[in-house]
Amino acid sequence: MTFLTSKAESNAKPASETAGGFRFADYLQRFGTLGIFLVLVVVASLWSDAFLTKINILNVLRQVASGAGIMAVGMLFVILTRGIDLSVGSIAALGSVLTGYFCTISGFGIAMTTFLVILSGAACGLVTGAFVAYLRLPSFVMSLAMMAVARGLSLIISDGRPITLGDQGAAFTNFGSGHWFGMPQPVILMFAVFIVGGIVLNFTRFGRVITAIGSNEEAVRLSGIAVPRYVLAVYVISGALAAVAGIISSSRTGVGSSQVGVAAELNVIAAVVIGGASLMGGRGGVINTLLGALVMGIIANIMNLAGVPGYHQQVYMGAIIVVAMLLQYGSGSLKT
Amino acid sequence: MTELAKLVAISKSFGGVRALVEADFDVKAGEVHALLGENGAGKSTLMRVLSGEMIPNDGEIHLGGERVELRDPRDARARGIAVIHQELALAPDLSVAENIFLGELPGVIGWKDLNRRARQLIERLGFDIDPKRIVGSLAVAHQQIVEIAKALSRDVRIIVFDEPTAVLSTQDAERLHEIIKGLRANGVGVVYISHRLEEVFRISDRVTVMKDGQVVGTVATRDVTIDKVIRMMVGRSLAAMFPDKGERKIGAVRLEASKLNAGRMVRDVSFSLRAGEVVGLGGLVGSGRTEVARAIFGADPLDSGTILLDGKPLHARSPRDAVKAGIGLVPEDRKQHGVVLDKPIRINVTMARLAEVVNGLGFLKSAKESGLVGDLARSLKLKAESIDAPVSSLSGGNQQKVVLAKWFHAGGDVIILDEPTRGVDVGAKSEIYGLVNKLAEANKAVLVISSEHQELFGLCDRVLVMGEGELRGELRPESYSEENLLSMAMTGRLTETHEGMPS
Ligand SMILES: Nc1ncnc2c1ncn2[C@@H]1O[C@H](COP(=O)(O)OP(=O)(O)OP(=O)(O)O)[C@@H](O)[C@H]1O
Ligand SMILES: [Mg+2]
Repeated sequence: MTFLTSKAESNAKPASETAGGFRFADYLQRFGTLGIFLVLVVVASLWSDAFLTKINILNVLRQVASGAGIMAVGMLFVILTRGIDLSVGSIAALGSVLTGYFCTISGFGIAMTTFLVILSGAACGLVTGAFVAYLRLPSFVMSLAMMAVARGLSLIISDGRPITLGDQGAAFTNFGSGHWFGMPQPVILMFAVFIVGGIVLNFTRFGRVITAIGSNEEAVRLSGIAVPRYVLAVYVISGALAAVAGIISSSRTGVGSSQVGVAAELNVIAAVVIGGASLMGGRGGVINTLLGALVMGIIANIMNLAGVPGYHQQVYMGAIIVVAMLLQYGSGSLKT
Repeated sequence: MTELAKLVAISKSFGGVRALVEADFDVKAGEVHALLGENGAGKSTLMRVLSGEMIPNDGEIHLGGERVELRDPRDARARGIAVIHQELALAPDLSVAENIFLGELPGVIGWKDLNRRARQLIERLGFDIDPKRIVGSLAVAHQQIVEIAKALSRDVRIIVFDEPTAVLSTQDAERLHEIIKGLRANGVGVVYISHRLEEVFRISDRVTVMKDGQVVGTVATRDVTIDKVIRMMVGRSLAAMFPDKGERKIGAVRLEASKLNAGRMVRDVSFSLRAGEVVGLGGLVGSGRTEVARAIFGADPLDSGTILLDGKPLHARSPRDAVKAGIGLVPEDRKQHGVVLDKPIRINVTMARLAEVVNGLGFLKSAKESGLVGDLARSLKLKAESIDAPVSSLSGGNQQKVVLAKWFHAGGDVIILDEPTRGVDVGAKSEIYGLVNKLAEANKAVLVISSEHQELFGLCDRVLVMGEGELRGELRPESYSEENLLSMAMTGRLTETHEGMPS
């Protein structure tokens, strides 16, 4: 045993490793998501020749980008602080409707519309976050309330009808179907969000503080850190990213619809959790979250390729999430 | 005496760290066997092997003469082995009674019966704690008692106390020793881990000393002296425990608290701290010392009273305000309040002053941080694999050093240390005392709370004494004594002829 040397060789092992030299569980937790992802890719490509084609892969990516993908980054931040945000699907719907509303009915330009839509999403997050951070109400309930409110607003604004983007919204639809370097633009945007999210999480004060809050909020508070501000910020980010998801959805379909993102919060949470984040806060990473979102996308894609009927898909999806969770955690908690 | 348990050539590694190297240990019926060693020597780890929490890489475990494999703690528990952990393992949101009987709660709970049995157990230990209280709301010392009651709620043949008195006041420690003597008389084998050597010599029959994962030797307590044991532990004899205070240059008043009231435990408390001065805060556990510290620090709301910092009023509505104003608090409850256990040392140490390691855009300056944390770790002789190791992988005493490092890094002008040497070994203790002296030399005002009264006497320029939430008086060096402190805590007066000085 040596006194500390400041070599950065990080052999840090999770504290869970108590029972003997049983490291398998740790590897699973660290590389489990990657494992699940690779297994799925192999299985899917053996299953169907159509899977590993460029068109299909891009299709999966596009689905993920306008579905769970971008929202998963915000959700990861929230979950790291030991919270949950159930309102993301509804905020995406609000974002979608407002995109249509601002650019057709109000006649705003693309920049103004984008700005206002993201601002609205952030405002929704601000409301949820304020209750959670300052009044210390449970995030589950507060975001559930926001889920209802945002969905309701999207219905009121659109009068329950889809708003066609038309010519005024051409910039959006061009973005939705456009490519850069052979990549759909929404997919590039998604990767950008993940990269920025990863940088924030790993290299900034903000990322460090929010992970620490999830592990031991009281210790962080007693270190003189303004915990509520960070908690608030996390919900604002989640709301803003949900609105971005709404914009992408409108751009892809060409309509602003209040039916966007129904039950999306569940997919988003599943993606984050399959990505190995702990719902108890403090643990989770961006790369694994991306893999988690891709896993969800691939599963849906396989079922479509295999022609599984829509209603059945939900049952399988549920079952597959359970299996993924067992792989991720099962071996870790069977020890006791 | 019959041998209850025997550990033979136990080895255990964590990655590159060899925590145990062919360690031998045994416990006999009706003895108190002390286990000593520096922080990180492997004491707790060896006991985790005995309690089935850790499976050794190598070695044999014999219980009652028969070789066994302990697969998990339940296995060991069923064989009558109980451990009172250094880091308490209670469910903070459950009641005292629930905690005691956790693991054997019946499907339908008879609350009356459960509470009655819990009360009996606690009373047998000589304490009075309401079984319906939520454990998280108890003082750490009382949580400890709950943990002991839990261990005794079932048949025990071997009971391990891992630094039980680190959080206890002298009186409570004495009561605990009575309990231990009772257990010994009943033929229970007691393993006792402690860094307080006097008490080890008072109550133990045999002593085993560990160093760097190895057992240095096992001797009968009456055959050795404290000096000899220290030499076995650290490989050299230790000079004076308390480094020379030197001439302290005491300057102007830094912090002035007047008529502080906070909750039930802080009533009309007034005192002042001056630059370059080390002031002690003594009294029994539960006398409101921690509460005073928390109120000043903004961790608990202040009902009334004023605090002046360098002459300017301080309204600390949160720890953030206090830290900004230059106050630091090393909290009593390390695990809940001091560290983020599952995060690396690096993150914990810089948390109270992140501004130092962050650039204008909020990006972390990793290299600078490594340098700062590495320096602090070396100056505190922190024993860890690297600064990126999670705090949970450190031994108890080294975790305490991380908390100290955090507040040294924060660098405020008023430092409050609540039980700063809790669970710290002899060598490190005198290092910490040295560091406290350095703080004073650097013109900071230091307030030390400690249940180890010798520590207050060795370190402080004066000692404030609390009882039942009130400040009862102040002791000057000439009247430093255990009896004076106690009588002042109880009655507000000194025992002998010197009259108490008004505060
Ligand atoms: N889970 C773990 N992962 C990695 N290293 C560990 C783990 N548990 C203990 N260690 C290491 O093993 C060594 C022995 O630790 P242990 O807790 O047994 O010390 P100790 O003698 O009880 O010290 P203290 O007096 O400070 O409580 C230390 O170097 C510690 O860092
Ligand atoms: Mg220990």
